[in-house]
Amino acid sequence: MYSLKHDVDLCRTCPTGDCLVKCQYLDVDKDTAVTEMVKIGRGEDSFVLQDCVTCYACEEYCQRGNYPFYLITEKREEKGILTSPRAITRQWINIGEPQGKFRLGEVKEKALSFGFMPEFLKWAKGRLFEDVMPSFIFGQEFFCNVVYIHFANTSIIKERLPMVLDNFRKLRVKEVIFLHDECYGAFAHLAPAYGMEVPFKPVHYFEYLYNRLTELKDLIRPLNIRAVYQRPCSSRLSPDKHRFVGEIMDLIGVDLVEREYQDHNALCCGGIYAMSFGYDLAHDVQKRNMDDMEGHGAQVCIFNCPACMGSIGTQVAKRGIRPIHMIHLCRMAIGEI
Amino acid sequence: MDHIAQSLIRIVGEARFSDRPEEAYFYSRDPGLMPPHKPDYVVIPERVGEIQEIVKIAAREKIPIVPMGAGLALTGLIIPLKGGIVIDMKHMNRVLKVNEGGRYAVVEGGTSQGALKAYLEKNHPRLRHSIPDSPATATIAANVMIHGQGRLTQQYGFNSDMVSGLEVVLASGEICRIGSCALSPDWFSKGPPMPDLTGLFLGWFGATGIITKVGVKLYPKKRLRDVEIFVTDRDDLIPEMVYELTHTEMVEDINIFAQPKPMIFKDNHHITMFFTGDTEEELEFKRKMVWHALDRFIKSKDGGFMGLPPVMKPTLLETPQRSVSRFADVKKGGGFEYSGPIIMVDRYPQCVRKIVVLAQKYDLGYSGMARIIGRSHAMMYGFAFTFNRADPDMMERTRKALHEVSEFALEAGGVFWKATVHEQKMAMDRMDPNTLGLMKMIKKNMDPDGIMNPGNWEVD
Repeated sequence: MYSLKHDVDLCRTCPTGDCLVKCQYLDVDKDTAVTEMVKIGRGEDSFVLQDCVTCYACEEYCQRGNYPFYLITEKREEKGILTSPRAITRQWINIGEPQGKFRLGEVKEKALSFGFMPEFLKWAKGRLFEDVMPSFIFGQEFFCNVVYIHFANTSIIKERLPMVLDNFRKLRVKEVIFLHDECYGAFAHLAPAYGMEVPFKPVHYFEYLYNRLTELKDLIRPLNIRAVYQRPCSSRLSPDKHRFVGEIMDLIGVDLVEREYQDHNALCCGGIYAMSFGYDLAHDVQKRNMDDMEGHGAQVCIFNCPACMGSIGTQVAKRGIRPIHMIHLCRMAIGEI
Repeated sequence: MDHIAQSLIRIVGEARFSDRPEEAYFYSRDPGLMPPHKPDYVVIPERVGEIQEIVKIAAREKIPIVPMGAGLALTGLIIPLKGGIVIDMKHMNRVLKVNEGGRYAVVEGGTSQGALKAYLEKNHPRLRHSIPDSPATATIAANVMIHGQGRLTQQYGFNSDMVSGLEVVLASGEICRIGSCALSPDWFSKGPPMPDLTGLFLGWFGATGIITKVGVKLYPKKRLRDVEIFVTDRDDLIPEMVYELTHTEMVEDINIFAQPKPMIFKDNHHITMFFTGDTEEELEFKRKMVWHALDRFIKSKDGGFMGLPPVMKPTLLETPQRSVSRFADVKKGGGFEYSGPIIMVDRYPQCVRKIVVLAQKYDLGYSGMARIIGRSHAMMYGFAFTFNRADPDMMERTRKALHEVSEFALEAGGVFWKATVHEQKMAMDRMDPNTLGLMKMIKKNMDPDGIMNPGNWEVD
């Protein structure tokens, strides 16, 4: 019913092949990139389908409005090419299955969405959220399901996301602020890519935090710390919101250090690599990333995604760098923590 | 008050004696499914000499005696099947000695796992013992008596293999020391290089003597400890995976579980492995070895390491792991029992398929859990069912399911662990007649009047 609006002709005429040329895990030149993406678009075999590690970054690298990663994901599924062990995929599909255990606050036209990350139930409080809370939504029934693109399983997204959209529709919300950017990416990027109608305005919580901090600027005490930002895979689905990281840091007096693995060149937390590919890839990526953080004198590592924080937060702390979520950092800046 | 009661009060005093029905009620049962039977008397001794006197009275009067630790075996081993005297050991709970250099401890017969753990943490932080996942009140002596398993079982075998000596009160009331402590002040060996006489007591459930002191081997306690879980949907590959893991000799303990709830666990098997290190480098080296040991299964997509959320780790790393016994609360009305045959690791697929069939047949909640014993030498496979104590029909269905497990276990080449009286009979019926004859000879000689926990290991 829902099909991806990928245009193979855009790939055929692509002057750069950026999607694969810029890939940090494949060594591909421009001509090969174009050739392989065209082959994939035609449904032919490609080494890319075997070797892609699912970092999502090609969705950002493509500057022509196409959907290279979604396409790779679809074709992998069609060909039965597993990215992860079956048991891991099954486990994740089980985790996201609606079980009637969702929680709703006093939902109004504007609401916060916590996905089903229970951390946010505790974290979203204080003055930053006072104009929305207790209007919140939590649970698998409102979970974006985008994570399954890591597992080359688009069909589960196509099956569940329309039901999730229906659940939102029933709440009559007009604006939803997503505290997990994967959810934001689902409703701002993936759903439109598949022609699904989104019945509300999705708002990225970085943008929301920036606006709130601006409103509360009299409360801000510059933190005067040197920080690095751990950009998550899902941020690649909403690259236009990435600029808010720098803007928020400017507002709260945090020195975002220049390092190798940032912005376009950011490295994954490695969590999904460990589950899918084992020790070596995950360990290599994590080590390079944390060496880079440490080498640039970071005092703090700012996390956007709780899963990234779970994946390397402890290791980061062992290197003397304090792991902290963006929400906590902003609350610190207005003196709440 | 009868003369036996008066005699017992003379030994332990009124405060540590009871023949009242309310106490008899509690001492008539354990938390499992076996029917209760009341004792005539309950005593709580505090010294070995008191136990000797109690046993002599029992021998004189020819009445049964049943030693009891925390009563947590679930298979009715402390139910006084023929009445008599229950000897509650819990007041004999002192840690008598720890030899740091020789890495062993000597504790009284009622000392709990939790007490020894706490004592070591406070006084000997570089030592640990093999703690089982039963509640911390479980006693060390009872655990080795039933050949229990614990956190160090994959490395060192059954907890009873880690015994370094025993003191036992025989059916005659005499005290007997077993192992190096029989002729030395040091409790470093339970037998070797002499005849190992612990076999006359361990596994006999008190039917040959009462353990009043036990020496247990202690092991290095590393500063750091971590856990990983490998998940697979291929039950047939579990034995190979365990073989690879045990080959690394890097893992402290290996447990495998499969259960339908919560959803995160549905349809998969979870190999939980614990490892330790004194430094981050040591821990990471072991982690790397363990992960690489399973690389071929990751490459074939037959399994992978799950991402453990930090909130999950403290639960898994707890010793004892209390979440194991929380399974009892799954059903309203709270109850669970399991049959845990000791069986070859290559029977894992058969075991897991059997528990699924039984859970469906009897409409029961279940959890299957294996603990690897030694370097894949065997495993305990726990067929655990949860039930509502207020639902007699559900309890009966659980009994039937467990009975089928018993039959299955023997057919699959397994041996009962902490066997119920019924399972003991099944085992003896199947046993080599000469072995049975030897057991009969031992029992007859060690308990000629049949007063020691009668009903257990009774050879006709």
